[in-house]
Amino acid sequence: MSVLVYIESENNKFKKSSYEALSYGKALAEKMGVKVSGLVINCSDAESLKAYGPDKILKIDSQELNEFSSKKYAHAIADVIKSENANVVVLSSTPDSKYLGAHLSGITDSPFVSNVVELPESINPFTVKRTCFTNKAFSLTELISDTKIISITSNSYGLIENSNDSKTEEIDIKSIDSDQRILNIEKESGSVTIADAEIVVSAGRGLKGPENWEMIETLAKTLGAATACSKPVSDMGWRPHSEHVGQTGKPVSSNLYIAIGISGAIQHLAGINSSKVKVVINNDPEAPFFKAADYGVVGDAFEVVPSLIEKLKAR
Amino acid sequence: MNILVCISNVPDTTSKINFVENDSKFDTSGVQFVINPNDEFGLTKAVWMKESNNANVTVLTVGEQSVEATLRKCLAIGADKAVRIDCPANDAYSVAKEIEAHCEQVKYDLIICGRESIDYNGGIVPGLIAGFLDYNFVTNCVNLDIEGSKATFSREMSGGTEISECQLPLVVGSQKGLVEESDLIIPNMRGIMMARQKPLDIIPAQGINPKTNDIKFNKPEAKSEVKLIKADELDKLIDLLENEAKVI
Repeated sequence: MSVLVYIESENNKFKKSSYEALSYGKALAEKMGVKVSGLVINCSDAESLKAYGPDKILKIDSQELNEFSSKKYAHAIADVIKSENANVVVLSSTPDSKYLGAHLSGITDSPFVSNVVELPESINPFTVKRTCFTNKAFSLTELISDTKIISITSNSYGLIENSNDSKTEEIDIKSIDSDQRILNIEKESGSVTIADAEIVVSAGRGLKGPENWEMIETLAKTLGAATACSKPVSDMGWRPHSEHVGQTGKPVSSNLYIAIGISGAIQHLAGINSSKVKVVINNDPEAPFFKAADYGVVGDAFEVVPSLIEKLKAR
Repeated sequence: MNILVCISNVPDTTSKINFVENDSKFDTSGVQFVINPNDEFGLTKAVWMKESNNANVTVLTVGEQSVEATLRKCLAIGADKAVRIDCPANDAYSVAKEIEAHCEQVKYDLIICGRESIDYNGGIVPGLIAGFLDYNFVTNCVNLDIEGSKATFSREMSGGTEISECQLPLVVGSQKGLVEESDLIIPNMRGIMMARQKPLDIIPAQGINPKTNDIKFNKPEAKSEVKLIKADELDKLIDLLENEAKVI
């Protein structure tokens, strides 16, 4: 019996959400009274994992897995589940890990529960708390199977250092056939992505037009934040779809969410509700967002935002 | 080309979320059910492919009789045929297993499901189907072109877009971007009338046991009152974010 954590990396660097998944996996293994292994695919930075306490670091280095493929990765992990006799597989909630988790669930014939926000309430039966109804509710969900796969919502558990002198083991993988291949990856350079962001700065129709986004980008840059927008703004083509957050857009679970000129429709609030702290800046004191926010400023965004940038820079 | 679009019947986005039976079940009273928005983007794309790829489009739902109104709407939008697998949709695993069994009987070149449903938000069914059937799989799909037996598609990833290709069969997790919101088809009277004539087959379920069980639901605790900061006292906001909320 053991817990297996898949440690996602990008460009030879682990993501913060992977360290969070490992922190979670470590605590889960202690609760279950079993060992925890961290699985690393094609990343040379394995040493940095020791701070989060895995009993074992499993390393796969393979040309075949140079590009992310949900099928090849899922087959490689499925083999490790068997060889390590893993009962619980822990993933982060990045787009790649959720893509992988669903595929892995099908390949291993095991249940997968995503958007988990806490350690299991009980181990036997195995029950976890997860968000559902786009953050309008939580469900206590039981997983009924010897092997269980879960993914942890970003920023829900946090990073917990727990240093361990972990052994590292190299693992070989079987070759997996797939005719699916990547032709091209178009990356937006330099910007923080919504999925990885600790702070998200989001703006809505109150900004009056796409030409006014410069101050939003400056504020985001000042805070090291990702930029996002409301649904009408992406529907009107002011901002790309990839920035649309809300029920039919991307979910946000950042530590801080700043909403500027967004009234706060129920569908928008649902999508951002699992963010820890919400700030609203709006000139309409009746805007529904004030009911959902922790801090609010009633004022003209075109005055408040530049002044806020100035003060943050002066800090 | 045969396309299957799997439809989830979900509460409309403005629905009040409440629970009954000791908080173990979603309260459907007074709730309007609609096509899951992520599925509808996929359905619209499939209907376009009737022209561009000479495709035949089947819509499928796993559910009880009450979901048939949603299937009829899919037929009015332009699907050729509907299938209802006759059992309650208990969890992602059992639903995907039922769909797998159907796909063993009827071969589809392309299977489209929404990337996730807006009710239970699992995002699991398309990956399960691909895993069970050993088909190629892409989710968060924002572009799809099929020529002959080759598919070229884009996936929205963290901070960018990935473009890939593969041979059919393929399972696609659809979302906005595959078609735009303004492309969604609103059924006209002719479509609604024609939908009544189209086949809606009810097929018996395999009776698969679920592997997950929602034991109890609860709603987030009510928020405490918002703290208002005057527009000319932004230093106070920064101080609160830094020292009280500790988020900057």
